[in-house]
Amino acid sequence: MSNTIKQISLFAENKPGRLSKVAEALSKAKVNIRAFTIAEAGDFGVIRMVVDDPDKAYKTLQSQGFAVSETDVIGVEMKDVPGGLHEIADVLGRNNVNIDYAYAFVTSTRLALLILRVDNIPQAQKVLKEAGVRLVDSKEVSRI
Amino acid sequence: MPMLDYWNSRIERAPMEELREIQARKLRQLVDTVYKSSHFYRKRFKEAGVRPEDVKTLDDVTKLPFTFKKDLRDNYPTNMFCVPLNQVVRFHVSSGTTGKPTVVGYTRGDIDCWTTSLARALTACGLGRGDVIQVSYGYGLFTGGLGLHYGAEEIGASVIPMGVGNTERQIELMQDLHATAIACTPSYLLHMNEVAKRMGISIRDETDLKIAILGAEPWSLETRRRIEDTMGIKAYDIYGTSELSGPLFTECKEQNGIHVWADHFLLEVVDKNGEPVKEGQRGELVVTTLSKEALPLIRYRVGDITILNNEECECGRTHPRIMRILGRADDMLIIRGINVFPSQIESVLMTIPEVGEHFQIIAERNGELDELTVRVEVTKAAFSDKLADLMKLEKKIEYELHKVLNLSTKVELVETGTLPRSQGKSQKVIDKRKI
Repeated sequence: MSNTIKQISLFAENKPGRLSKVAEALSKAKVNIRAFTIAEAGDFGVIRMVVDDPDKAYKTLQSQGFAVSETDVIGVEMKDVPGGLHEIADVLGRNNVNIDYAYAFVTSTRLALLILRVDNIPQAQKVLKEAGVRLVDSKEVSRI
Repeated sequence: MPMLDYWNSRIERAPMEELREIQARKLRQLVDTVYKSSHFYRKRFKEAGVRPEDVKTLDDVTKLPFTFKKDLRDNYPTNMFCVPLNQVVRFHVSSGTTGKPTVVGYTRGDIDCWTTSLARALTACGLGRGDVIQVSYGYGLFTGGLGLHYGAEEIGASVIPMGVGNTERQIELMQDLHATAIACTPSYLLHMNEVAKRMGISIRDETDLKIAILGAEPWSLETRRRIEDTMGIKAYDIYGTSELSGPLFTECKEQNGIHVWADHFLLEVVDKNGEPVKEGQRGELVVTTLSKEALPLIRYRVGDITILNNEECECGRTHPRIMRILGRADDMLIIRGINVFPSQIESVLMTIPEVGEHFQIIAERNGELDELTVRVEVTKAAFSDKLADLMKLEKKIEYELHKVLNLSTKVELVETGTLPRSQGKSQKVIDKRKI
């Protein structure tokens, strides 16, 4: 899918040391993590991240035995000022696009980047563009 | 040379009445011999008020007292032997993980009988001269390796005496020496398949493997299906126990029960009070060894739960079959008053494609209440980014287990590769209850 970001997700048990193992594997492979979140459900969780080299991250984690998947998400440039998130959520909500989950990070260039997993990627891309919101793809993420 | 259908066609297809005559004659001899040669059996018979001349027909076997594993332990090391030690050509010793070890001695005749039993069995699985059999059971004190080895050589196959462990080397040799069959535990074969995949080798497409002889731990039909489908081989169940002579019997090509050679072994199936069950009912297997010399066992309570089938098999063999071993009487867990066999849990899990073949069962007592946790590995293929899917999967497994066990369990998803892979018997049950 064009103009999206490849997010790396992996299954992890909810117990001490698991995150460290993931981070160590990526560190050794010299993969840089741009954004990162953990969702937990009792005994286990899903770690999601945006990295500078998703293919390398995927291969590294898979060869270490992790259950990994790649998911298309969209990256949205958000103004790092009050109301920045509201603008985006409002456009999507009005156009009936559901946000499954989201997480954000602030870049060094006074801009915030919002990572969105939505139920209809093409529709989200279309309505955000029409609203004048800039989307960020994998290439751009690896350059940050 | 065409493959043999039978190792010994005459005896394997002998009429049941003839087999029963052989059994009755051998039983009378056996009772006589042990009464004369064994202090242990003489004492036991006297306690039970039975004399050798009381055993005239096969049905009289029920007059004889049972022998238990405890007897072998109590008579450690060789006090139950019925021949002088200078006639013993080999010892095997059980691992003793569940108690004191037990020692079994073999005369030359015992080894020959064991070898013949396996030659018949391996032939029934379609193996013979021209096959290359990789024996990946432990060699040494454990009976698996040497037992299979002798049987495989007897039928003229080429044997790779591999033993357990060093899995990558096992896969290399399987390819280089063109192994057509492997004998090991089902969990080890599954482990091997995983390692092969990691090495970039497909056992299905890049080896000559066509048959696996699997045993030494209970495994379900669903596990068999998974092994056969993913590896493109035929998987046959092999049965035996160290007290009798390790591996002895297998299924035939019909894969519908394990043939037990009636000219060497007499079978009964009993309930927990030691009373015979009706034909076709499940119960505990009881074996009398009719040919063993060094350590004959009379009405030995093996502890495995099975069903006996005396009907003639489609393959033409008349010898009785024991239907799949459903577990060991002492593997059974009683959770909130309900009997649970690990094999039942395995059967359920194997029908759920999202989970791997490895699992662990943990029994705990929380206050007054017993709780059962089943830990399963999420397969890489099944993992989606969605948390909700994983939570649904847990619920689905809990629901399926409840349908079969009639018991609520807690299912825990764990990462692939984190549950113990054993190279011998797998440690699938952890009972933390202090009762």
